[in-house]
Amino acid sequence: MSVNSTQPVLAIVDLSISLPAGADRARAVERASLSVRPGQTLCVVGESGSGKSMIANAVMGLLPRPHVAPVNGQILFEGTDLLTLTEAQMRELRGRRIGMVFQEPMTALNPVMRIGEQIGEVFDAHVNVPAAEKRRRILAALADVGLPEPELLIDSYPFRLSGGQRQRVMIACALVLEPVLLICDEPTTALDVTTQAQILRLIRELQQRRGTAVLFITHDFGVVSEIADHVVVMQTGQVVEAGPARHVLDAPQHPYTRKLIAAIPHGQAQRATPADETLRVLQVQDLCKTYRSGNGLFKRGRSTQAAKDISFELKRGETLGLVGESGSGKSSVGRCLVGLAPFDSGRILFKGRNLSQGAAFRKEAAGKIQMVFQDPYASLNPRHRVGAAIAGGPIAQGVGKAEAMARAVELLKLVGLGADAAERYPHEFSGGQRQRIAIARALAMQPELLVADEPVSALDVSVQAQVLALFAQVREQFQLAMVFITHDLRVAGQMCDHIAVMQRGELVEYGATQQVLRDPQHAYTRQLIAAVPRLTQPPQHDPTMAVA
Amino acid sequence: MKSPFWRRFTRNKGAVAGMAVLLLVVVVALLGPWIATNDPWGMVQQPFLHPWTEPGFALGTDTLGRDILSGMIYGARISLLIGAVSTVVALLIGITLGAIAGYFGGLVDSALMRFTEIFQAVPSFALAIVLVAIFQPSVGSIVTAIAIVSWPPVARLVRSEFLTLRQRDFVQAALLAGQSTPRIILTQILPNAMSPIIVMASLMVATAILLESSLSFLGLGDPNQMSWGYMVGSARTVLRQAWWMALFPGLAIVLTVLALNLVGEGLSDGLNTRLDGRTK
Repeated sequence: MSVNSTQPVLAIVDLSISLPAGADRARAVERASLSVRPGQTLCVVGESGSGKSMIANAVMGLLPRPHVAPVNGQILFEGTDLLTLTEAQMRELRGRRIGMVFQEPMTALNPVMRIGEQIGEVFDAHVNVPAAEKRRRILAALADVGLPEPELLIDSYPFRLSGGQRQRVMIACALVLEPVLLICDEPTTALDVTTQAQILRLIRELQQRRGTAVLFITHDFGVVSEIADHVVVMQTGQVVEAGPARHVLDAPQHPYTRKLIAAIPHGQAQRATPADETLRVLQVQDLCKTYRSGNGLFKRGRSTQAAKDISFELKRGETLGLVGESGSGKSSVGRCLVGLAPFDSGRILFKGRNLSQGAAFRKEAAGKIQMVFQDPYASLNPRHRVGAAIAGGPIAQGVGKAEAMARAVELLKLVGLGADAAERYPHEFSGGQRQRIAIARALAMQPELLVADEPVSALDVSVQAQVLALFAQVREQFQLAMVFITHDLRVAGQMCDHIAVMQRGELVEYGATQQVLRDPQHAYTRQLIAAVPRLTQPPQHDPTMAVA
Repeated sequence: MKSPFWRRFTRNKGAVAGMAVLLLVVVVALLGPWIATNDPWGMVQQPFLHPWTEPGFALGTDTLGRDILSGMIYGARISLLIGAVSTVVALLIGITLGAIAGYFGGLVDSALMRFTEIFQAVPSFALAIVLVAIFQPSVGSIVTAIAIVSWPPVARLVRSEFLTLRQRDFVQAALLAGQSTPRIILTQILPNAMSPIIVMASLMVATAILLESSLSFLGLGDPNQMSWGYMVGSARTVLRQAWWMALFPGLAIVLTVLALNLVGEGLSDGLNTRLDGRTK
């Protein structure tokens, strides 16, 4: 791919974008320059708040003006400065010459419009084609992005499609008029790892076939190594490093790039399995859980089996990784383990004692089973001070108020926050800090079993590394048994002694981490491992993988 | 106090105006006996006195020679009192039932919501008339009647808030920590549901004042209390000869209700944190 001689499709020169007064910095983007050539992919990498999405929105003219507006520089698209165009002229370009794919496929499609109509809107906005011709081209576009049975899909509504399929529809929508530039704003972040691999491959294929230039925004260096020809690394609005992908990945120059690459979970176990611990903290035997929904007076409900004959056990100081895609039932098992959801049959033994169902379960566990939740923004009560939130649990268990508060301050120091954090409200903290607070809150109960439900998947990669390190630290310090629920095999490999892989409510593989990762027995595990984005050589196309 | 709430509230000019009017009415109501020059029931001047003709009777007199200005001042007391007290009672009933229904869900929820629907199925004004007529018109019975017809929307609102908040992770964490059910309802969930409740309460005060005026207009007001609705009602027969008798108390009702609605809108802006930063 040595197309350096051709003119860039998109060239951004010295672009600065202002933020409204009162934001955490004056400029969202500060003198950023980059260029995308035909047939090539440029990845813009950075953590949340680095201004990478602002660049994509500036190119599309989607900035929330006048508070956030470009104040300097040029965005040259095929030689024309997009910043000087009127809204009408921009509209002419959008969809026809520049396509865009958004992050959240679940909300990007209008739920009350058929798939065909949504793609048809692109035609209606830009070109005048007869209905039959339009339908033919939509069908071709759907087939092109690898969707099965386009004839049926074209007349169905979005709710029938999975996240991966919806993202395919969005890509079809963006590419149907064959634009010269495709902007992808974190198109795979909301998807499962196997779906992500398929979507990335699709984008790559389409691009090679049509010679489209791609501007790809992501925070994941694994994705970068799969798809990028060139990389631009951004930190707080500034471009800190730019260059060919392999060059940046193999020999990063800037300390921030090095930090980001080092923070990627490496999937290597960091410690030996604890020696001959005999105390079984948790035993799960034949756990079954079925959700029934829509049970009405006149109709039978629909039922989904979230857990089917799940069995595993956990000793003190050990960590079990529960791995699977969304919908595999791993979170349901986690909620059963802490007593937040009733289960249908099977037994959960905590330190050898059989725990009953519902509120009695929580009473018997007496707060010794704690949970850390996925979304750090939803897991803290916005109206409670942090100190009170941590002390609330022990106070409910009968610890004196002063003692509980002193312990809360101690725990805040332990998780790396200052003592003054106790007097502040959750909204003053970042996502990573909130997750630290959530860990402190769980530890305040002096738990013996900690269930962590995707505790780092909402966090930036460098923050993720810090929080994982904190988990490892408190696990050693308190001799915690941990159930670590995650969709990311790299994280599981790094954190866990044992791994249990779940698929559609069933445990398909269960064993020691090294064994599962090195020598996976089940086909699904192999598929999961193959789909993990890697920094090293991109994997070649794998024909065994089915379309999402 | 220059909190974000206050900044968002004051950005809404209508809300500030409404707040000013409302404060004026409250001050008048509080200082009523000291401001009013006459007993509202006393026949102190000749009847049908035009406004601004006789010193001391700025708004004229009614058909029996009673001072209209004094009547309006005393009317402000009774309107605000009934509006506030009946809203508080309605909130107590509505929040309690709504919280229980939303928190426990299932059968409890179904039972309580069917009970609520019984009240919603009957036209509220008709129910209020029946209640007042049964219990003899008095401040107490009017407050009770208004509270009984106005709690169902509160229960509905609180229930829906609780249904979503109950699923939030911080509530689950509190459950895991072994906090008691009343504690979770009162300290974890309720504070997070307060914003829409406060907004609704301000609008309920306005509705209650209207209801009270309507009842008084029909002659179902407390016979010992001068109220705006009663004044409009008694002036109805002489509307073409003496416009002022109905106009001034009517204006008072309109302005107070409008002010409360504006304040309610301002409160909903002020309590909506997502609005912050839209216009800096």
